[in-house]
Amino acid sequence: MEELDGEPTVTLIPGVNSKKNQMYFDWGPGEMLVCETSFNKKEKSEMVPSCPFIYIIRKDVDVYSQILRKLFNESHGIFLGLQRIDEELTGKSRKSQLVRVSKNYRSVIRACMEEMHQVAIAAKDPANGRQFSSQVSILSAMELIWNLCEILFIEVAPAGPLLLHLLDWVRLHVCEVDSLSADVLGSENPSKHDSFWNLVTILVLQGRLDEARQMLSKEADASPASAGICRIMGDLMRTMPILSPGNTQTLTELELKWQHWHEECERYLQDSTFATSPHLESLLKIMLGDEAALLEQKELLSNWYHFLVTRLLYSNPTVKPIDLHYYAQSSLDLFLGGESSPEPLDNILLAAFEFDIHQVIKECSIALSNWWFVAHLTDLLDHCKLLQSHNLYFGSNMREFLLLEYASGLFAHPSLWQLGVDYFDYCPELGRVSLELHIERIPLNTEQKALKVLRICEQRQMTEQVRSICKILAMKAVRNNRLGSALSWSIRAKDAAFATLVSDRFLRDYCERGCFSDLDLIDNLGPAMMLSDRLTFLGKYREFHRMYGEKRFADAASLLLSLMTSRIAPRSFWMTLLTDALPLLEQKQDDDIETTKVEMLRLSLARNLARAIIREGSLEGS
Amino acid sequence: MEEIYAKFVSQKISKTRWRPLPPGSLQTAETFATGSWDNEENYISLWSIGDFGNLDSDGGFEGDHQLLCDIRHHGDVMDLQTLSVNQQWTTAHYHTGPGSPSYSSAPCTGVVCNNPEIVTVGEDGRINLFRADHKEAVRTIDNADSSTLHAVTFLRTPEILTVNSIGQLKIWDFRQQGNEPSQILSLTGDRVPLHCVDRHPNQQHVVATGGQDGMLSIWDVRQGTMPVSLLKAHEAEMWEVHFHPSNPEHLFTCSEDGSLWHWDASTDVPEKSSLFHQGGRSSTFLSHSISNQANVHQSVISSWLSTDPAKDRIEITSLLPSRSLSVNTLDVLGPCLVCGTDAEAIYVTRHLFS
Repeated sequence: MEELDGEPTVTLIPGVNSKKNQMYFDWGPGEMLVCETSFNKKEKSEMVPSCPFIYIIRKDVDVYSQILRKLFNESHGIFLGLQRIDEELTGKSRKSQLVRVSKNYRSVIRACMEEMHQVAIAAKDPANGRQFSSQVSILSAMELIWNLCEILFIEVAPAGPLLLHLLDWVRLHVCEVDSLSADVLGSENPSKHDSFWNLVTILVLQGRLDEARQMLSKEADASPASAGICRIMGDLMRTMPILSPGNTQTLTELELKWQHWHEECERYLQDSTFATSPHLESLLKIMLGDEAALLEQKELLSNWYHFLVTRLLYSNPTVKPIDLHYYAQSSLDLFLGGESSPEPLDNILLAAFEFDIHQVIKECSIALSNWWFVAHLTDLLDHCKLLQSHNLYFGSNMREFLLLEYASGLFAHPSLWQLGVDYFDYCPELGRVSLELHIERIPLNTEQKALKVLRICEQRQMTEQVRSICKILAMKAVRNNRLGSALSWSIRAKDAAFATLVSDRFLRDYCERGCFSDLDLIDNLGPAMMLSDRLTFLGKYREFHRMYGEKRFADAASLLLSLMTSRIAPRSFWMTLLTDALPLLEQKQDDDIETTKVEMLRLSLARNLARAIIREGSLEGS
Repeated sequence: MEEIYAKFVSQKISKTRWRPLPPGSLQTAETFATGSWDNEENYISLWSIGDFGNLDSDGGFEGDHQLLCDIRHHGDVMDLQTLSVNQQWTTAHYHTGPGSPSYSSAPCTGVVCNNPEIVTVGEDGRINLFRADHKEAVRTIDNADSSTLHAVTFLRTPEILTVNSIGQLKIWDFRQQGNEPSQILSLTGDRVPLHCVDRHPNQQHVVATGGQDGMLSIWDVRQGTMPVSLLKAHEAEMWEVHFHPSNPEHLFTCSEDGSLWHWDASTDVPEKSSLFHQGGRSSTFLSHSISNQANVHQSVISSWLSTDPAKDRIEITSLLPSRSLSVNTLDVLGPCLVCGTDAEAIYVTRHLFS
């Protein structure tokens, strides 16, 4: 038994007094039923519980969010596309495809975030607005984690490009820069703006040195006194060696150049070149990767991973992936400084930097209320062949477990069950069984929904389920007196027994009323007649009546004879058949062969007439 | 066929219809309605593709469709038509039977309007004729069918045509008094349920139906009881079939298998010697396969009824960019097409014939 990772949360059910009376609960597929019983713990039990309601408790409310539904639907499409990626592809082309899938998922998350943000702003009720805002921050955290996983696990960036990716990652997620920049640049005198130096600092922290240089040139223009040192700083910024995407220089070259540049910056610091301007001096220290200087800018950095990336940029730009976790851990410790403890998000990111995929997934599963994120991320990482088969208690691996949980959650929703079907399809061990169990429990209110469910079952050769669903529908139809529908369902299920039942109904109706109902159906049975003997009999018997009505007595007689001799007539109908034969017997027969047959019939009738008369008395009139 | 816009709308779409334009109008379609299904609360929504977006380089309009308004609907939306009405007819369709409680309601599966008359059909096999200004049904045909009636369409004004789940087309004449159809047509083979029907806009005797096995059939109701053509089409139920109202040489079908097809039978297609598609996403050529046909020589034949397989080919194009869940519904008006899927997406294109 696994140890609990934390204390379970207590949820209070309104109206239920759990101190007084015992509560009753039962698990459902995605939710729980709770009600108060009348059993009192201490005193005598009352007749009736004080709270008259039964409550449905759901942990996963995300499934009911209108905006998140778009996430589920769009990602379903991406998921299917991923499963169908050609297994043959290897190497670079496969990697680029997987990266593309990852970016697709992320853009879907961002789109949802955008929309939810709009709704949060427009919300009239502040409580609602807060709820949407918190949802936005959860989505933002999900995208942050996913992006990091993409860089480290899917893109598998090597030393050099790794830092560039991390810089992009940080720039994407710390976006106050743009609004600040707009503010400052939009003002009359940018270099005199209050936040001017903040802007320049944060540009440097994010490694956006070109933009920082442009700002400095404005300062140089505005105050000629500091023009000289601004120019020097600008030159330093311009000459910092970085690896650009198309660059062909090797890592060692880059390191050498960088080392050289770093020493030049050191010299300027030693010479106190920037002593006249404290701002520029602190910028220099930042560019030298001085931790104390960086930590002074905690507010601008706003989080430890920004601190980490800036630190790496200015102290070890060619950092190797396996060394990341040293820096990550120390960055976290330095940034928090012992004042606060790490949040769940911090632990997840740390686990990612340590390349501990299982830990990442585990922590995400605990922190998030919906399986969407972990299911899709794990599936993608599994396609990157990164997960060893980590066998859980019941034999299926982690990817399958998460997908099963996610899909089961979808089935608990009245509408999203259709998405769940495809997820079960791609769970090789337990998917089919789960689907069989879930699909029988979908309520079928209209025929159209039933047809869709049946189509899903038929496509997967789930014949048992097809049968059982068709039987339920056919039974409903019989009860509603829709015999044609009932027959149509039994034909679809190839259910001979039910077809027999429906035919018996028709025959019974005929006996009671003396005429057939639903002639349009019986006259046009076609090859479906062969499904059951009783059905064939019904069709042929009706044909006999038609022939008789058209005065084709010879044909009618031979048909009747074949009906009697072929033994497909139900017992209860023999009397009726014999009665029908009577008028024909009195007809004059022209055909010789027919005459012989009829003679034989007359003979056997005469012989059995006695027996029939005796029997009739004991038959129950049918 | 470019520029098909998709938008995810958080509800599975069961029906969509363009708002009709006044006849002879030169505008293009701007507003459409959708109905959802399978939610705890279903909605009928009105959407506009009018000029909210930016103008692109050739002056066309861009941008997704925007929601104008919506209203709650009790139960799944099964069919939509446009008419001015201020009435509600509840319990138009119900079951009576030995096992069902009296008047347990039955789903109404199809509705069709021909101002001011409204005809509805349902799972109870009943046909109702309403008028916009009358409170009660003007005429009801009980037990018109022993199985479910899936769809209905007007032939000529007093006549309607219904399709049912045992593969029959029945023509009903409201001028006659009885409860019997005036004509029944069906296939001789398997009784495959028929789900949708549409009449040719100009030739009132030509009707197309789609079945549960995805087969498209073209019928001539004046002749015989058998279809004129049987075209193997989709792999699963065909939910809707539509002739284009102003270009009836074009037909559109959508299906449970997630595809939407455009059938082009215009005979002025230039001689195509190769069978490879040119443009379009995936087009194939298909020649008619015909069942027996007594008299072949008619001077004015719709290309759908034409029986010369060598001369007439139908070009089929799949319009959706990728396979998705079932496409439940589609509607065409002028150069615009809208369709809705079970993947909760609405696709709109304004350039059908480019």
